Amino acid sequence: MKLRFTPIMALLGYLFLYGPIISLVVYSFNKSKLVTVWGGWSTKWYAELFANQQIMDAAKLSLKIAVVSASVATVLGTMMAMVLVRFKRVRGKGLMGGMVTGPLVMPDVIIGLSLLLLFVAMQSLIGWPAGRGLTTILIAHITFNMAYVAVVVQSRLSDMDDSIEEAALDLGASPARVFFDITLPMITPALVSGWLLAFTLSLDDLVISSFVSGPGATTLPMVIFSKVRLGVSPDINALASLIVLAVSIGIIVSALLMRQKPK
Amino acid sequence: MRLGRRFVIAVPTLWLLLFFMVPFLVVLKISLAEPRIAIPPYSPLWEWVNGSLKFNINLENYSYMWEDSLYLNAYLSSIKIAAIATLLTLLAGYPMAYYIARSPEPRRSILLLLVVLPFWTSFLLRVYAWIGILKTNGILNAVLLWAGIIDEPLVIMQTDVAVYIGIVYTYLPFLILPLYANLVKLDDTLLEASRDLGASRMSSFFRITLPLSMPGIIAGSMLVFIPVLGEYVIPALLGGPDTLMIGKVLWNEYFSNRDWPVASAVAIVMLVIMMIPIMILRRAQARGAEI
Amino acid sequence: MSEHILAAETKPWVKGTDRPFVRIKGITKMFGDLAAVKDVSLDIYRGELFCLLGGSGCGKSTLLRMLAGFETPTGGAIEIDGQDMTGVPANMRPTNMMFQSYALFPHMSVEKNVAYGLRREGVPKGEAMQRTADMLGLVKLDGFARRKPHQLSGGQQQRVALARALVKQPKLLLLDEPLGALDKKLREETQFELIRIQEELGVTFIVVTHDQEEAMTLSTRIGVMDAGRIVQVGEPREIYETPNSRFVADFIGSVNIFDGEVDVAAPDLMRVNTSEGPVMCEPVAGLTARQKLHIAVRPERIRLSRTPLEAANTMQGVVTEVAYMGNLSVYRVQLPNGQCLKVTAANGLHEDNPITWDETVHIGWSAAACRVLVK
Repeated sequence: MKLRFTPIMALLGYLFLYGPIISLVVYSFNKSKLVTVWGGWSTKWYAELFANQQIMDAAKLSLKIAVVSASVATVLGTMMAMVLVRFKRVRGKGLMGGMVTGPLVMPDVIIGLSLLLLFVAMQSLIGWPAGRGLTTILIAHITFNMAYVAVVVQSRLSDMDDSIEEAALDLGASPARVFFDITLPMITPALVSGWLLAFTLSLDDLVISSFVSGPGATTLPMVIFSKVRLGVSPDINALASLIVLAVSIGIIVSALLMRQKPK
Repeated sequence: MRLGRRFVIAVPTLWLLLFFMVPFLVVLKISLAEPRIAIPPYSPLWEWVNGSLKFNINLENYSYMWEDSLYLNAYLSSIKIAAIATLLTLLAGYPMAYYIARSPEPRRSILLLLVVLPFWTSFLLRVYAWIGILKTNGILNAVLLWAGIIDEPLVIMQTDVAVYIGIVYTYLPFLILPLYANLVKLDDTLLEASRDLGASRMSSFFRITLPLSMPGIIAGSMLVFIPVLGEYVIPALLGGPDTLMIGKVLWNEYFSNRDWPVASAVAIVMLVIMMIPIMILRRAQARGAEI
Repeated sequence: MSEHILAAETKPWVKGTDRPFVRIKGITKMFGDLAAVKDVSLDIYRGELFCLLGGSGCGKSTLLRMLAGFETPTGGAIEIDGQDMTGVPANMRPTNMMFQSYALFPHMSVEKNVAYGLRREGVPKGEAMQRTADMLGLVKLDGFARRKPHQLSGGQQQRVALARALVKQPKLLLLDEPLGALDKKLREETQFELIRIQEELGVTFIVVTHDQEEAMTLSTRIGVMDAGRIVQVGEPREIYETPNSRFVADFIGSVNIFDGEVDVAAPDLMRVNTSEGPVMCEPVAGLTARQKLHIAVRPERIRLSRTPLEAANTMQGVVTEVAYMGNLSVYRVQLPNGQCLKVTAANGLHEDNPITWDETVHIGWSAAACRVLVK
């Protein structure tokens, strides 16, 4: 068979995408601390990772923030999407649409700085939020996450035949009833992927958290960042491998669920 | 019931107003203030002096930015790095998007999933992975030395090259997805018609596929270009002290110099600059929706 | 019972003494600057099967959606069974709708779909299930109760949608292109099914359709719509035989139109000059000489022959096309001054030598076959 340009480029592209991830996983099992020296198989970095109280605390805090912010953002983002797609005669809809996509294109440094300055101004004005930490990180994460959820749910809602909801209304269901009986079950896949996206983004955020966090609230990316700035550190490799494992399991489970329930 | 409707409209709207729109006004306000050694470390925009309202509008932060070549250079260098990185991402991403779009169905979904998958693992850790690969005694040099391709280890880490690699790597999915969405809609019969009329494979590509995929190219490129303009993590981890990017400058202005008014002015100018690619993106997306 | 109401001698729209069941009073709907429905007034009586007929974008669906309560009229009012519907939301109206896309709830079984409206009304579960089963029987879907909508064929889905809309015994059923998604053969069968169910339940139907044949078959009366207005209301025969405008004549069935001006308009003689010469019509009151108008002649009213014909209007022409349709043939006849006429003729049992291409033929039609249209 003749060698063709695009398949080769695509293959190289996939190697490029997965090579670094594979290298992280492989070297997490390296006995030697030096990257270039293969010192034999070992799981000692995993033991070291779990023994590192700072990383464990930060991981717990990050998971907490990710779950709470993804959940609140899913509720708020779904509300926003409903308003944008389904509500008729709402004044200022264009502005809302612009605001909701805003956090998607705004650089993190600007979102972080502007939220921080807002929190400082609010504190001196009304005394809330008192200082910076968990609350301010949560608010920041909910804000950008709701934008992502809104976009995901919005596209699902606009793909959906709106006469299905009208039919329920026509059969005597109140608008709230229509939402819970019809709309919600139909957009559940979008809600799940929106939540997962928000969860991942929250778990991943370094820049915004760094701006709006205060003493005592150090998230996992902040710990990782301060460690890797100083160079390669094998326990971070171990952490990365665990994340890759968790994501892989998640993908396999969702693939199996999809197969069980064919559309 | 009316109440429920109002509630659903009001809650997310107020949230976004308070935590997305108002912060920009605060930044604008502080960019017009003077730095002070106080809490907060800037002068108020207006104060009551002897019963009358006095405004302290101070444009010095902006003129300072104009005078100190650091800022101008940082903006220009950010634009340059973002532009080159976008082009490189496009060169790497187009063949992939094209290949995926042309693949038969079960394979197509898997290939697409494989592009998106790395995105679900930590961004920070994916950038970090390159440190181990690119550093002087890293994997890449080890492999190249072992293969005898080079005699001396290459210095890639802490250079702009490392920054480009990091950007292409992390932003590739953002380019491939919109481009794929565009290419997959391309009607096969158009290419067949072109081939039927005697055009070569190459010329069919340049005359048919490429022009028709322009909205996808523009949308994808802007989705890379815009966030890269303000990127902080990649230049901070992979770049060297000479790698000048505005996100890094803003970060240092805030965290190291604690100069909030200048940091705010930097942010405002950055926003103004970003309006142009954002408008281009909006138009490309609107055009893409039409096709 | 409804059969009695619909008996020919008691057509309520002819009698004019009954109280209309649905009154549409000067309804207008604006979308921005665009008027989708312009000042429409219409009375519909109990037990009718009323068709709103028109091309796409004529405002018929918008009018239906205003009856259902999905759109709020910009002006005017709707009254159903004596009750003003202004401000009554869709879920409180005594109407139910069958959607063009059927809009079945994809995550619920057929049974749950049909019972949904009853449950919202507060009907106890047992009774709701009984009524659902009865209704599924009426639309001949017993045995499909546990299926999900995507496991049904298009025709079955259509009947679920109908059952779901009817089970609440609405005073008024609104149907948006109810047969639009079915193939031709199924559509014809379903038309009669729809009439059977409507007569059995005695519910008033308002049907929106763009298909004039469907409207002719189904309806007691048709309202023809164009550009947001009702242009003519009448029984199918009335609309077909005596259209009131060039638009309606052209829209319903096929027609030949002569443009001309009045030559003589006397009480006993009416002659119109056209590009193909004078055309004799039945006298119409209120016309003056030199008035411009159109004459519509249905293709089946024109006779075709090799020999000269005895008729009020006779012409000669050349056959340019013949289309054999089975029960009849359609001919296109070119007249001396360029106009082409469509003529249909029933095919007899043994046509040994049928009229064919390029033959010069005589055509003729009576004065009564001419419909004079001023608009």
